[in-house]
Amino acid sequence: MQYTLVILLLPLLSFLLIGLLDSKLKPSLAGNLGTLSLAIIAALSYYCAFDYFTADRVNGVFQPVIMQMEWLRFSDSLHIDLGLLLDPISVMMLVVITTVSLMVHIYSLGYMKGETGFQRYYAFLSLFTFSMLGLVVATNIFQMYIFWELVGVSSYLLIGFYYTKPEAVAASKKAFIVTRFADLFFLIGILILSFYTQTFDFATLTAGNSNILSETAGATFLGASVLTWALALIFIGGAGKSAMFPLHVWLPDAMEGPTPVSALIHAATMVVAGVYLVARLFPVYFFYSPEVLAGIAVVGAFTSLYAAVVACVQTDIKRVLAFSTISQIGFMMVSLGASGFEGHEGLGYMASMFHLFTHAMFKALLFLGAGAIIHAVHSNEMSHMGGLRKYMPITHATFLIACLAIAGIFPLSGFFSKDEILAAVFHFCPILGVVMSFIAGLTAFYMFRLYYNIFWGEEHKHEHQPHEAPKLMTFPLIFLAAVTVVAGFIPFGHFVTADGMLYDIHIDMTVALSSTVVALIGIALATLMYRKPTQIPATLAKSSPGLYKAAMKRFYIDEFYLFVTKRVIFNCISRPLAWFDRHVIDATMDGLATITQQASVKIRGLQSGQLQRYVLVFLIGVLLAAAIAIIVYLA
Amino acid sequence: MDYTNFFLMKEELSLIGVMLILLVYDIFSGEKGKRHFQTLALGLLGLHTAVNCLPREAFDAFGGMYSYKPVMTAVKTILSAATIIVLMQVNNWLKDEERRNKQGEYIYLTLSTLLGMYFMISSGNFLLFVIGLEMASIPMAALVAFDKYRQTSAEAAAKYIFSAAFASAISLFGISLIYGSTGTLYFDDLAGSITGSPLQVMAFVFFAAGLFFKISLVPFHLWTADVYEGAPTTVTAYLSVVSKGAAVFVLFSLLTKVFGALMEEWQFILYALVLLSITVGNLFALRQKNMKRFLAFSSISQAGYIVLAVLAGTPQGLTALIYYVLVYACSNLAVFGVVSIIEQRSGKTDIADYNGLYKTNPRLSVAMMLALFSLGGIPFFAGFFSKFFVFMAAAEQGFYVLIFIALLNTVISLYYYLIVVKAMFVKDNERPIETIRSDRPAQIALALCMFGVLCLGILSVVYEGIGQLAL
Repeated sequence: MQYTLVILLLPLLSFLLIGLLDSKLKPSLAGNLGTLSLAIIAALSYYCAFDYFTADRVNGVFQPVIMQMEWLRFSDSLHIDLGLLLDPISVMMLVVITTVSLMVHIYSLGYMKGETGFQRYYAFLSLFTFSMLGLVVATNIFQMYIFWELVGVSSYLLIGFYYTKPEAVAASKKAFIVTRFADLFFLIGILILSFYTQTFDFATLTAGNSNILSETAGATFLGASVLTWALALIFIGGAGKSAMFPLHVWLPDAMEGPTPVSALIHAATMVVAGVYLVARLFPVYFFYSPEVLAGIAVVGAFTSLYAAVVACVQTDIKRVLAFSTISQIGFMMVSLGASGFEGHEGLGYMASMFHLFTHAMFKALLFLGAGAIIHAVHSNEMSHMGGLRKYMPITHATFLIACLAIAGIFPLSGFFSKDEILAAVFHFCPILGVVMSFIAGLTAFYMFRLYYNIFWGEEHKHEHQPHEAPKLMTFPLIFLAAVTVVAGFIPFGHFVTADGMLYDIHIDMTVALSSTVVALIGIALATLMYRKPTQIPATLAKSSPGLYKAAMKRFYIDEFYLFVTKRVIFNCISRPLAWFDRHVIDATMDGLATITQQASVKIRGLQSGQLQRYVLVFLIGVLLAAAIAIIVYLA
Repeated sequence: MDYTNFFLMKEELSLIGVMLILLVYDIFSGEKGKRHFQTLALGLLGLHTAVNCLPREAFDAFGGMYSYKPVMTAVKTILSAATIIVLMQVNNWLKDEERRNKQGEYIYLTLSTLLGMYFMISSGNFLLFVIGLEMASIPMAALVAFDKYRQTSAEAAAKYIFSAAFASAISLFGISLIYGSTGTLYFDDLAGSITGSPLQVMAFVFFAAGLFFKISLVPFHLWTADVYEGAPTTVTAYLSVVSKGAAVFVLFSLLTKVFGALMEEWQFILYALVLLSITVGNLFALRQKNMKRFLAFSSISQAGYIVLAVLAGTPQGLTALIYYVLVYACSNLAVFGVVSIIEQRSGKTDIADYNGLYKTNPRLSVAMMLALFSLGGIPFFAGFFSKFFVFMAAAEQGFYVLIFIALLNTVISLYYYLIVVKAMFVKDNERPIETIRSDRPAQIALALCMFGVLCLGILSVVYEGIGQLAL
């Protein structure tokens, strides 16, 4: 399967080509070049998936394919490799990433047409695709970390694409700093893990029979085992990228980037990196540190609830989708946290990966649909929309499919994956199951609130009549909608399971019925309140103004961070440090520079240009060296 | 005597073969054939490098007079590859009206110095070593004087030949003392006979001064700046990279093999020399206005870092040393490549002339910048890794203070490398150097160097491959 290397290298090549030539390339050529390379690697990824999943199982498990070379060796056992690891989840991720990325590439040909920096945009898209693919196929945690950071950088570049807009610049900085802050913990976790286990390799870490982990689990620090600490720290890194509470603050702001970017990075691929990371290390979490896994479930559930509540009152359509993304990633995390390992117990793991897959498709669809709407009305605010179903039939239909999918209505893909998650959570802890079902209802409510506000309700007076998006933009919508409709019937358990064994999905009727009922109630409420202009939303908002305002302000988390950074950290830590820096460190450096300059002037005479002097210095040098050597010898 | 011994010296024989073919071609080819002379030379030298790039089993020939170790193949390959790059850079310059008839001379002289270095590297006896050293020095003086009607070139050659003669004299005096106290000149025998006595210590220092001169360590460096400035730029490039690289390797092998018993003494001396070279080289580089003088001092400081690896004296040290020479060759030859292209087309060599170079020659400026970054040791250019490995090797032997000082000096060196970058990219110039179209061979040479600068650090196989040979 050597050709998989091409999947990784082609986007890099296209990044270098488009990035280096930049404005020398015609915009259309740059766009086509990027799209073409994506089309090739998407095709290769599909072929790779086909190739991989039709290969023979050994002892009922798909054998991982590892191709790697040693890169840096630290000690006999500890070394960093670079390579490709193909196993069920990485192959699945290849398919997800290349599909969504290809759709975004095609869509952007229409959406970004005529923008300044069109070539730069495509170069960054290629860079992102390369980094994300590198992240998922990493054979070891260090390689993953390298690509993890590259993903962060390309996300930063794309959020700040409109760099003349102050909000975009602020958002890109915020995203970078918050995720980088989380990555610090990730790095510390990696260092602890590798220090104790003497390996970075995923294959060695998850082999199960190795005693390196049990030895590590034996060492303790502050009451918990070192391994638990390492795994918890690594999870914090994942939580940062996957926008888990309280590190979620960057994601809503990241919506300042171009909308297709939000679809690619902030809905389908990068934000699930944290989920992928936990899944990658799942056996380690499960066998050696179940308490961290339980923590992950709690964090996931809380984040999911929080984000769903906030999503109910946002008025910017992209922010609604952003909070919805946070909430859905919460679902995936809960499911991983609630999962067992073998056979039926491993349902949560499978469900989480399944939901990752289906969510990537319908959330990308929602974002691309939102992009088409924004393209038509030139605004992100719900109040500037309404009644758009007449003008944009294709966008309307596909958006509705995605809304139904995320709400979990049979037979769309979201129904199946969400149902599996709920079944797993009920099995793990019934109370958590009830909570997650409630969140599923909330999801249905806020998604249909969004839907009705955009396509129904009171029509806003438009300066230009809104029109349907061009074909380049509607094609990805239709394609993703088609995937959303059929993806639920993929026998996912045949491909991706926690222990790698074949597992048949069967629908748990009680859970399926109850969740469908909850979703229908959510949709019905939304229909009641938003389909036609009514006073109900305003009355509700007035009846509990405190809660409404708090949710509107996202429960003041951002304000809290601002208080901590601006007031506490800036005044109490940064100011004194700045003083120290200016008056002690800078002064030392200035002193060093002055001394260097003066010394340089002083010894200038040595280089006189006279050969006689040179030879004399040479001779004195030799004699001095001989004298010193003899003194050393005698001493 | 067994004549089959001659055939064991494959590298030397094949280089002599190349020289002979070129000589015959040069004599018998007409005006038209001369045009292809350089292409032929490059081709043959490339073939020679390729044929000899695989290491063989270690052996001794001529009763230990000539001694081969696998690691020498690595060094010789690096040196001949660097020579090829220098010859590519010189291509256009040699085609000038005034030099066209002398292109043969330039190439034999260069190849004879290379041959001398080969013998120096593989010598197993001080006599062969001295012959190699002289063979590498005397043609070099002729090369420095290549533009003999230009006063600076002639002056530089005079300074070089006098200093070199003086250094050789001192070195030979040291060798005679060694012979006097031990009765042998074979390295293998000497290793057992040198046990340490004041006379032997003194003899060692006198001998080593000759190599210190070649490497241009402070205070044996004074010739460097004048010669580098006066010599034709490509000769300077050759001097600063190839000549230095050979001498450093020989210094390492002699110190560890022959003078192992005097380790304490030579470590002490090298300690002082490294300290002086890095610091003094930097302090002078800081104030230079002329590009070639600037590079002369930068190369003195770089030599200090290489000798730091000698100081370590371990197989890791040897690996780091060879790796450093390789990386340094790529980075420095890239810088010299740009400098020589600019000098050939515009005649300008002052740093101030480089102001605003980026506007007119963006590609040359970027190449120069990357090479300077590598010389300054900025991650993740190759120069960072080479410095890192040298420091690692020295740290294992516990030279922490010296490493700390060397690290401080990298900050200073970064400052002056960035002065050049700033001149090219930031400063304005009313009369910038016009846009230059460089010739194809020089472009290829520059591209090869850039490949090294960007990729050598990341391709860990290179370092590990050298490490395998150095064990």
